[in-house]
Amino acid sequence: MFGRDCRESTLNTLVLAEGGEFHKPSIVEFFPSALLFEGTPFQIDRIMLIRFLMTIVLVAFFLVAMRRPKLVPRGVQNLGEYALDFVRIHIAEDILGKEQGRRFLPLLTTFFFMIWAMNLSGVIPLLNMPSSAKIGVPLVLALLSYVVFNYAGIKAQGLGPYLKSNLFPPGVPKPLYVLVTPIEFLSTFLLRPLTLTVRLMANMLAGHMTLVLFFSAAWFLMFQAGNLLLAPVGAVSLAMGFAFTLFELLVQFLQAYIFTLLTAIYIDGALHAEH
Amino acid sequence: MTPGLILAAEEGAANPLIPAVYDIVWSAVCLAIIGFVFWKKVLPLFQKVLAERTEKIEGGIAKAEAAQAEANQKLEEYKEQLAEARAEAARIRDDARAEGLAIVEEMREQAQAESARIVAQGQHQLDAQRAQIVAELRADLGRVAIDLASKVVGESLEDDTRRRGTVDRFLDELDAVSAPAGK
Repeated sequence: MFGRDCRESTLNTLVLAEGGEFHKPSIVEFFPSALLFEGTPFQIDRIMLIRFLMTIVLVAFFLVAMRRPKLVPRGVQNLGEYALDFVRIHIAEDILGKEQGRRFLPLLTTFFFMIWAMNLSGVIPLLNMPSSAKIGVPLVLALLSYVVFNYAGIKAQGLGPYLKSNLFPPGVPKPLYVLVTPIEFLSTFLLRPLTLTVRLMANMLAGHMTLVLFFSAAWFLMFQAGNLLLAPVGAVSLAMGFAFTLFELLVQFLQAYIFTLLTAIYIDGALHAEH
Repeated sequence: MTPGLILAAEEGAANPLIPAVYDIVWSAVCLAIIGFVFWKKVLPLFQKVLAERTEKIEGGIAKAEAAQAEANQKLEEYKEQLAEARAEAARIRDDARAEGLAIVEEMREQAQAESARIVAQGQHQLDAQRAQIVAELRADLGRVAIDLASKVVGESLEDDTRRRGTVDRFLDELDAVSAPAGK
């Protein structure tokens, strides 16, 4: 069972070597077979293992980096502080200001680094699967973001004023509320968590598909098609795969940044009635 | 696990938008672990070191400012002391000059007094000598005049009575002549 899983997942190259026919990237890759506890709410498959691994690596990195923080940071502490400062300054304090930024810093830091780490597994050799491409991670984070910004808004303004400022934005002619209010309701309370979820999940899924397509095409064209004329095309495909791997690195960072930034913006919007 | 079951499971779960329960569960577990570590461990350490750093920098600035202020105060003190010392020196110089003038004045007065005294003493001596000389001359003159007159008259003016009267009269006349010159 484990063997089959491995074959399926490591860019599907081994499967290609055995089968000898072109392996199309498929959505099935995101549903590997269970390894443990199948059918229970604690089922563990390959993607879950990747999540565990990334979680452990992330936590271990920051615990090591900040285990004995010095006034003058050295080595890994420097790197850790640089990363933490990015979220603290460029997301939390930029959007929320010093005071509120400090309040929501744990949430935003967790979001950013968890998403980035889960995304990064998409380009790490042997893992080759962005564990945030499975909808669980984006959905849970989006729901937490939803709960937090609504909680922050209700706590800052009170339930009534919070709903009023969101559903009946000031400065709109009264009859237009017939149109505006449902739209506002839809966009703020329904679409926000949905767009957060789907944006992240779809980006990672599509990125993975692209990489699989280029690398399996390269393998097929260079070694399996049996046509020497196709080999250079395979080489081009390999180069494209490499280029898209770099691009994917950028996208992985950007998606983590966007998700966290939007959460901060939603919280900021909820804290202030006028926006 | 039979191939049929696997296939069924794959087909059933093949919609990436529909979350499986275990997917949610393990996502939440990962989130909880990461969130806990950041919230309770990493960020407090980070904030602490940031606060220490800020304090260190601000403390350094405050210390430098204090040192600067102290230096300024010291400079003021030195300037003040210097000004005082200068004033003192000037005062001493003025005093000395005044004292010197007083001394010179005093010396001059003493010298003047001394010279006046010497002059007066000389005057007295001269007066005394003059008086003595006048007295001697007066006696000599009387005698010489009588001798001379005896020779001229040829007769001795032995007669005391006449002689006294003549001499006295002559001397009185002489006094009347010499008195304005004697005084």
